[in-house]
Amino acid sequence: MAKVLMKGNEAIGEAAIRAGCLNYFAYPITPQSEVAEYLARRMPEVGGVFLQGESEVAVGYMLFGAAGAGARVFTTSSSPGISLMSEAISYIAAAQCPAVFVNIVRGGPGLGGILPSQGDYFQATKGIGHGDCRLLVMAPASVQEAVEMVMTAFPLAEKYRNPVMVIGDGLIGQMMEPVEFPADLKTEPSDKNDWATNGMDHRGSDSRNLVKSLFLDPVQLNDNNLQLKAKYDRMRAEEVRFEAYNTDGPYRLLIVSYGTMSRVCRTSIDMLKTEGIEVGMIRPQTLFPFPEQAVSDAADAPSCTHVISIEMSMGQMVEDVERSIQGRRPVSWYGKCGGEIPTPEEIIEVVKERIG
Amino acid sequence: MGKTFSKPRSLTDVHTHYCPGCTHGVIHRLVAEAIDDLGIRRRVVGIAPVGCAVLAYNYFDCDFQEAAHGRAPAMATGIKRVRPDLMVFTYQGDGDLASIGMGEIVHAANRGEKFTTIFVNNAIYGMTGGQMAPTTMPGQRATTAPFGRNVEEVGMPIKMAELLAALQTPAYITRQTVIRPKYINKAKKAIKQAFTYQMENRCFSLVEVVSTCPTNWGMTPMEAVEWTESTLLKYYQLGDYKVPA
Repeated sequence: MAKVLMKGNEAIGEAAIRAGCLNYFAYPITPQSEVAEYLARRMPEVGGVFLQGESEVAVGYMLFGAAGAGARVFTTSSSPGISLMSEAISYIAAAQCPAVFVNIVRGGPGLGGILPSQGDYFQATKGIGHGDCRLLVMAPASVQEAVEMVMTAFPLAEKYRNPVMVIGDGLIGQMMEPVEFPADLKTEPSDKNDWATNGMDHRGSDSRNLVKSLFLDPVQLNDNNLQLKAKYDRMRAEEVRFEAYNTDGPYRLLIVSYGTMSRVCRTSIDMLKTEGIEVGMIRPQTLFPFPEQAVSDAADAPSCTHVISIEMSMGQMVEDVERSIQGRRPVSWYGKCGGEIPTPEEIIEVVKERIG
Repeated sequence: MGKTFSKPRSLTDVHTHYCPGCTHGVIHRLVAEAIDDLGIRRRVVGIAPVGCAVLAYNYFDCDFQEAAHGRAPAMATGIKRVRPDLMVFTYQGDGDLASIGMGEIVHAANRGEKFTTIFVNNAIYGMTGGQMAPTTMPGQRATTAPFGRNVEEVGMPIKMAELLAALQTPAYITRQTVIRPKYINKAKKAIKQAFTYQMENRCFSLVEVVSTCPTNWGMTPMEAVEWTESTLLKYYQLGDYKVPA
C-alpha cells in the first residue's frame, strides 16, 4: 500500500481498524480528541462500534465489559484521562482481560498543559493502578511506529490477557507524517471461549464463565497475583524491544531516550559526530518491560564514561537506567517538560559538559 | 401428585450468604424465574455490584462479570454495544447505584442502553456495615449518621425511579417491593417485563425494589417489614414511573 500523509491521532485510529479492532469507546481530551473525531466518522463505515462515554471513568469500564465479553476493544486518552481510567485498568488486569489503551501524554501534574510531555512514565510503567498490576507499555518515536505499535498491541494484549498501553507524547498525536498500514499486522482475535462471558450459546458450552477480580480467600488472591507475576516475567523475557544508535564504534557517552525526545537526541548525536565526539544511544521501544540488559551492556562499553537519561519529564526513566546499570557508570538526567522540548544544541551542550 | 415447586434453573444449588430477613434471596429468585420463563439463560450476562450482592455470581447459573463500585452500567454498556444479542442485567444496591454510580446509571439510562437494571434499595450500606446511603430516610440512624440523617446537612433521600423517569429518553422505570407475598407477584411481573423490553430491543429498563436490611437497621425481620411499609413505602411509592410508548 502507498504511503499517505496523516496526523498521528488519525493514523492511530485507522491503525486499530486495520489491526482488526472495531470497538472504540472514548471521552474527549486534548491533545488526542482527533482520534475520537476520526473514528466517529470511520467506525460506521466499517460496521464498528463508536461510543463517546460520559467520563473516562465510565469509558474504562465500557472497555472492561466489552473485553470481558470477548471483544477486541480500545480507547485513547491523555494524562488526566488516563488517571481516571486507572481504576478500570487495575480491574481489567486483575480479571485478566485484553484491552488496548493509548495515552497521548500532555504536561502535568494536575491539569498541567496541553503540550507534549513524557511525564506519565512512572504512571504507565510502575503505578498504573492499585495492587500488583502492570501494563505492557510501548513508546513510538514516529507516526509510522505508532501505527505499528497500535496494530501489534491487540495480539499482545490477547497473548497475555492483559491491558497494553501505547504511550506517545503529544507530538506523536499532533504531527503529520507519511505512514503505511502493514497488511501483515492485521490479526484475527484469539479464541476466548475458555474465559469470556460471551454467552453459553455462543460458545456452545454448558458451564458459565466469570470475569472477576474479587478473591476473598488469601490463598486464591495470592495465586492470582502469582499468575499475573508469571505473565509480567514472561513479558520481561519475550517482549523487550529497543533500538541502538551509533553504538558500534567507541562512544564516550551513552544517551537513553525514548519517543519524540530520542529523535532530537539522534540529531544531536549526528551533529556531535561531525565534531569528532562519539555518543551512542539506546532507545527503549518498550518502557515495560524496560531494556535493562541492553542499557547495561551498552553502558559497559570500555569507551563509555557516562550515561544520561534525556526525557521530557523531571527524571523518571533515569531511575530505570540507574537500576539497569547498578552503579557501574555514573548516571545523570537531563530534561524539560510541560511543552518545552530540549533542542539539539542544548543536548550537545549538556553532553560536552558531562564528558568534561 | 407432580412436582409443584422447585429451584429455578438459573440459580445454583448453594446456600447464600445473605442475612435472615434480607430480601436479596427473594429478588435473586425472581430474576432467575424471569430468565427461565423467557428461556434466555444461555445468553445472559449478569453484572455484580460492590456491596452485599458482590457474590451474586455464586448464586446465578449464567455468565457473570463483577464490576467496581457503581460502574456496572458502564460495563453493561460495553457488553451490549459489542454484543447486542446478549441479555445483560446489572444488579446494584443503593450505595452502588445512587451514590458512587450516579453518573453511570443516569447516562446509561439517558443513552437508552438496552440492558436491565435491578436496583435493590434498602436505604443503607449493607456490606460495609450500616453507613448512611443516599436513600437513607430523614432521621434514620446509620453508623455514619449516629444521630439520624440530618437533611439540613446532607439533603433529602434520592428517589432514583423518579429521577430517572424525568429523562426524556424512552425507558421502563418501575418501583416494586417483595416484603409480602402480595407484592412479590407484581415484582416478578415487572422484572419479566423489564427483560422483555430488552429482548425486544425497546429500551433501558430498571426495576427498583424497596428492600429490607434487618441487620443494619437493628430490627427483627418482622419489624423490618413493618418499618418498610410504614415508612419507606410512604416515601418510595410503588408503581410504574415510565413505560415506553
